[in-house]
Amino acid sequence: MTHPFLALTESDREEMLRTIGVSSVDELFRDVPAGVRFGRELDLERPLSEQELSAHLAELAARNVDTTRELSFLGAGIYDHYVPAVVDTVLQRGEFLTAYTPYQPEMSQGVLQSIFEYQTAICELTGMDVSNASGYDGETVAADACYIAKHATGKTKMVITEATNPQVRQVIKTYAPGFGLEVVEVPHRDGTTDPDDLAAAARDAAAVFFQQPNFFGCLEPAPELAAAANDADALPIAHVDPLSLGMLEAPGRYGCAIALGEGQAAGNVMAYGGPHYGFLAARQDFIRRMPGRIVGETVDTEGKRGYVLTLQTREQHIRREKATSNITTNQTLLALGGLVYLTWLGPQGLREVGETCLALAEHAKRRLQERAGLELVFADRPTFKEFAVRVGRNARDVVRDARALGVHPGYALGRDYEGMDDVLLVALTEKRTPEEIDRLADVLAEVAR
Amino acid sequence: MKLIYEKSQAGRRASVIPCPEGLPAADVPEELRRAEPPRLPEVPEFELVRHFTELSTRNFGIDNGFYPLGSCTMKYNPRVNERLVMLPGFAQLHPHQEEDGAQGALELEWRLQEILMEVTGLDAVSLQPAAGSQGELTGLMLVRAYFEDKGESEQRRKVVIPDTAHGTNPASVTMAGYELTPVRTDARGNIDVEDLRGKVDEHTAALMLTNPSTLGLFDENIEEIKEIFHGAGALMYYDGANLNAVCGISRPGDMGFDIVHINLHKTFSQPHGGGGPGGGPIAVRKILEPYLPVPAVVRKEDGTFALDYARPKSIGKVRGFTGPFGVFVRSYAYIRMYGPLLREMSETAVLNANYVLARLKDAYDLPFDRLCMHEFVLSARSLKRDYGATALDVAKRLMDYGFHPPTVYFPLIVAEALMIEPTETETKETLDAFCDAMLAIAQEAADDVTLLKEAPHNRPVRRLDEVRAAKNPVVKYGFEPAPVA
Repeated sequence: MTHPFLALTESDREEMLRTIGVSSVDELFRDVPAGVRFGRELDLERPLSEQELSAHLAELAARNVDTTRELSFLGAGIYDHYVPAVVDTVLQRGEFLTAYTPYQPEMSQGVLQSIFEYQTAICELTGMDVSNASGYDGETVAADACYIAKHATGKTKMVITEATNPQVRQVIKTYAPGFGLEVVEVPHRDGTTDPDDLAAAARDAAAVFFQQPNFFGCLEPAPELAAAANDADALPIAHVDPLSLGMLEAPGRYGCAIALGEGQAAGNVMAYGGPHYGFLAARQDFIRRMPGRIVGETVDTEGKRGYVLTLQTREQHIRREKATSNITTNQTLLALGGLVYLTWLGPQGLREVGETCLALAEHAKRRLQERAGLELVFADRPTFKEFAVRVGRNARDVVRDARALGVHPGYALGRDYEGMDDVLLVALTEKRTPEEIDRLADVLAEVAR
Repeated sequence: MKLIYEKSQAGRRASVIPCPEGLPAADVPEELRRAEPPRLPEVPEFELVRHFTELSTRNFGIDNGFYPLGSCTMKYNPRVNERLVMLPGFAQLHPHQEEDGAQGALELEWRLQEILMEVTGLDAVSLQPAAGSQGELTGLMLVRAYFEDKGESEQRRKVVIPDTAHGTNPASVTMAGYELTPVRTDARGNIDVEDLRGKVDEHTAALMLTNPSTLGLFDENIEEIKEIFHGAGALMYYDGANLNAVCGISRPGDMGFDIVHINLHKTFSQPHGGGGPGGGPIAVRKILEPYLPVPAVVRKEDGTFALDYARPKSIGKVRGFTGPFGVFVRSYAYIRMYGPLLREMSETAVLNANYVLARLKDAYDLPFDRLCMHEFVLSARSLKRDYGATALDVAKRLMDYGFHPPTVYFPLIVAEALMIEPTETETKETLDAFCDAMLAIAQEAADDVTLLKEAPHNRPVRRLDEVRAAKNPVVKYGFEPAPVA
């Protein structure tokens, strides 16, 4: 039988076997010892046609309740921001979609120049000097930054604020034993990190890691945190929301050594957690310690400008066990989506997205207090697009009951934080409207307390 | 071609952001406020589309033509998968959605896990690792957790890796906190079993092996290797980069491997996007299941699907959520279109590779004269010695013929290596055209080597100066008026 993705005819096959000098396809596998040959057919369901496959996957997709079917205020690291059509248009170009890593630059100027432009955009957002071509996600680039810090300082203590995304902390802790790192967490005080607490913990530390805005949506006193780290000779590392950087100061401008984050909010659909891109940028001092691909500018033999993968002596295919990382495949296509999105926004659009999110979040805070009678958990703290609210009983039950009324009200913080079982983390993006916020308030008025 | 930043003019824009009326005026506190806006491009939407369309024309993907990049399995990426992954039920699904609102996604993940167990011959799967190299690192974390549990982690510090391995293997060993024990390749291209015997003992934690190897050769001594490692109480890790050779033919679990990563962007057709994304699920033997990352995707007795975090021995998390879900959609779809015919897929890949090898082996050097699996390694050693034409020159000249070059200078143990992987999804006409080009280039080397030395001739740029780029790194746009190429 001929499969649509295979192309050889019976006569092709015969002619090819003749050229090779064997009598059957089986003979090609003569080096595979009999003892490890698979003696039966794979126990998989019969092949599906494209049409049958489409019906099957449509049926699976229909059993998910996505944000087009349920009004959702979920965030907690992944956000329902608008992704413009131009992102799909560019990412579906086969020349980008179906290319491999640009090992041969003359065949790959399109992706190389794009990544150079992406690196520029990330440096502009973060105020840093150098960006890599992307990491897997906001969690793994955090682990990468710890690895840089360990090798740059020779110290083995990593300080992380407890108000940092729990998944980020968990991934760092998973990597830590192999890196030879000890992880120390600094508790929050009323939703943000106290610079004095951080200063105390930062003694003898390789780096201090914090998130801005933090996991509760609160704005950390980030410049003070960075200063506390620098005073203790520990590298300040900021995990930032790219869409906050039209309004919030760039980490490079307040003394951070490394800035990184989850890129999803800027140009990727949520897709149940991936694929997305993690961005990682640093001060010039760390350029030779960066993990992964970096694109650099050069010229060709005729003096014409072009782009290549550069500083490759950092990388695994050259340096092997002495490489700065084992990363090979990264998230180039998703990072390209990020570049297209940031280009679509421009500086003005970036600021406006931030302003709309912030204004909607402030509006939602008021409505939930006035209309649903709820209490903000960290009422004194400024926030960006997300905030924590007390719902009077177990937030997971509130989520269940609100969903029964067609609204996903947010993330139950009790999943990760002790004493927060009755706290809901509510996220606002520019896709939400005041009317939807009223609906959230009405539903919570009914199911909370 | 200009950079997007060089096309930017203040005041232009592509986006309109809704700002509902009647919202409270709000700003961030002054001490946190941004002083200078980022210099993002300012262009209208049609300039954006033209810019990236023009860039795409300066790139080459499988959709453009033959791409025999060894070890990368550049096969056709079915277009239906791109449509399926955009279904709102997949694309617009929040990863923190409650389990009862994500049953379709969880079922797809569970089904993919079951399929990968059958294909690898192992007992449990975690889809979480984001790529092959992260699968390797995760696998080594499992090795450490396993030996810690047995009280042997202090003693077992060494990981054995053959000299043909991908660079990711030794790099992963270091990142996992292990020490590297290299082992040689023998005259037939197998692991040198005698060298191995002397290096495996009670200090050995694991072997990392690609089989077929990066030489495209199936290790004929795999059963003996298994005896050596399992006899020493060590584990065996299978780098699944070359799984496309053996689906339905020989399973890593049956070869004796305890941990396998699968590159979904190679064998199972996730488009590589110019560098990523990928997917690197790991499959393991039962004894290692307790240590897999959380959450595990499980089917409950009532037939519904759930995320299981109650794994006290788990190594933790290596990435956010359950992994790159969109990659799972594409790979699951791809496998469902093949079913048991995955064997025919692998057989065809091996047939294509052997055919190209048979046509080329007289014009180039063949370091190991055996039948190959899904790829093979030639050497341009003689062309270099006789005419000064290197593997790189051959690669660049292939561009003039409209083909993407093979992988060059890898594996490291072959001088002037050209590593060629045609994959199964090519017509015989394409394979013949590529062989004709390779043969013509070998002849050109003899007749007029400058044709090779000065190649490529018809790409948007000529050969680029990589040394200059590394010596004085320019890794972002300078925002100064600069002469434009």
